[in-house]
Amino acid sequence: MIALSDYLIIGAILFAISVAGIFLNRKNIIILLMAIELMLLAVNMNFVAFSYFLDDIAGQVFVFFILTVAAAEAAIGLAILVVLFRNRQTINVEDLNSLKG
Amino acid sequence: MPLETAEYLLALPEIWVLGMACLILVLDLFIRDDSRILTYLMVQATLVVAALITLAVQVPEPVLAFGNTFISDGMATVLKLFIYLVTGMGFLYARPYLQDRGLFKGEFYVLGLFAMLGMMIMVSASHFLTIYLGLELLSLCLYAMVAFNRDSGTCSEAAMKYFVLGALASGMLLYGISMLYGATGSLEIAAVASAIAAEEGSSIVLIFALCFIVVGLAFKLGAVPFHMWVPDVYHGAPTPVTLFIGSAPKIAAFAIVMRVLVDGLGGLVADWQGMLVILAVLSLAVGNVIAIAQTNLKRMLAYSTISHVGFLLLGILAGTPDGYAAAMFYIITYALMAVGAFGMIILLSRAGFEADELEDFRGLNARNPWFAFMMLILMFSMAGVPPTVGFYAKLSVLQAVIQVDMVWLALVAVFFSVIGAFYYIRLVKIMYFDSPTDEAALQSNPGLRAVLSVNGLAVLGLGVFCCCISS
Repeated sequence: MIALSDYLIIGAILFAISVAGIFLNRKNIIILLMAIELMLLAVNMNFVAFSYFLDDIAGQVFVFFILTVAAAEAAIGLAILVVLFRNRQTINVEDLNSLKG
Repeated sequence: MPLETAEYLLALPEIWVLGMACLILVLDLFIRDDSRILTYLMVQATLVVAALITLAVQVPEPVLAFGNTFISDGMATVLKLFIYLVTGMGFLYARPYLQDRGLFKGEFYVLGLFAMLGMMIMVSASHFLTIYLGLELLSLCLYAMVAFNRDSGTCSEAAMKYFVLGALASGMLLYGISMLYGATGSLEIAAVASAIAAEEGSSIVLIFALCFIVVGLAFKLGAVPFHMWVPDVYHGAPTPVTLFIGSAPKIAAFAIVMRVLVDGLGGLVADWQGMLVILAVLSLAVGNVIAIAQTNLKRMLAYSTISHVGFLLLGILAGTPDGYAAAMFYIITYALMAVGAFGMIILLSRAGFEADELEDFRGLNARNPWFAFMMLILMFSMAGVPPTVGFYAKLSVLQAVIQVDMVWLALVAVFFSVIGAFYYIRLVKIMYFDSPTDEAALQSNPGLRAVLSVNGLAVLGLGVFCCCISS
């Protein structure tokens, strides 16, 4: 029997990897988008685990909404990425430095 | 559980805005570019009717609907009315700017309407699911609006930064909500509050959840140290979009802070008070000090927003009804001032000239004394000079903080406000005592001039009104 804490540890590890991916990644914006998706999936893992162990369906309903919103978010993120590439001819994170002060 | 007609009536403003936004999205396809003004007029009519519906369906006592996911109460009604007002003014100021640059498209207004729908849902949410969905509807529309000028490199860079940090904030908030769900077994705000009240003391899991939720909310509000997106987005986005982001969404953000921290996690007030004290003091310090170094007006106003968020948090962390009322007054006042200040930038700009540098306001008094005076009122109000309404907003927040014996916090706030007054008054000096470099007459449409004048006079008039009722 896998305990609740095991699921939570997996969720926490995935979440930590995704946050590290956002802050440490200095190369490619597509990796940032992947890290964001991973972060939402880590949250989904938590919700499903709690939902199962609490015997409450609300958490699983929430997961469906998060999945839907994640798809919309990926669509907008990739659209912005395309616009950015057309204007700058690069998707390198380090080149996003024209705004500062 | 069958849904009653009465429940649909409570959500009628949201249903109306959703229906009209979808309808306008389709109708806009059949409108030719030279009669695009029809789209604009339909959007403004939608806002007016939404305000009337909101007034018609308001309820004296808080009522829950749709399986406890939706709440209608006095705070929701008042905040929604101000959201319509500020959004309508934002749309009106945006029109000449967009027309001059060939950006006058229906998409801007449809995205704006959907963003406003997101704000209305946030304001009326009583379930973490509705809070999340409202927040995402708002954020996704704002990301697209920041990238609206698709041929501009700075716009797309600002949009990318906003998107990544906004998504990170949503992730943090969601992780906190998932932990809270595990600790309390419910996602309804009222049920979460009673589960916390039933528990003796606060467990580690609850504090863990609270930390993530506060970080997520601080990101969305733009409080230091989670503020790094604010200056870049304000600077990079087209001015009408900056105006929109800087005004109405702040009201909605205040509403979710109230719903989550006060209604939901009110039992943990001792725990989140300390976190908000740190956020508030840092926001006041960083916002006011760094704003002095800015030469770009939009960037300066971004740091000014950060310091205003610090004041807003002061009112909330007082943890008393007086404090919440002061914070609500503060955020509404701030939204009106921000709309006016960005409206002035739009008034001065023309095709090919953004007028967003401090230098561009040089000698405005010689070019147009009336609008120089309006900008003076707005800047004095932001700095908190009596008798403008900004002074009374700051005063009521400080009173609330002093009432709960946190005098040192009030002193810190006053100290940084005095530092902050420097950069507002520097702009006044530039307008009145420097000679103009740009002699061109202001070219803008009469609607923009009229509403901007009303905006400026309202900031002064409301202040005088507050002065009369308090003395």
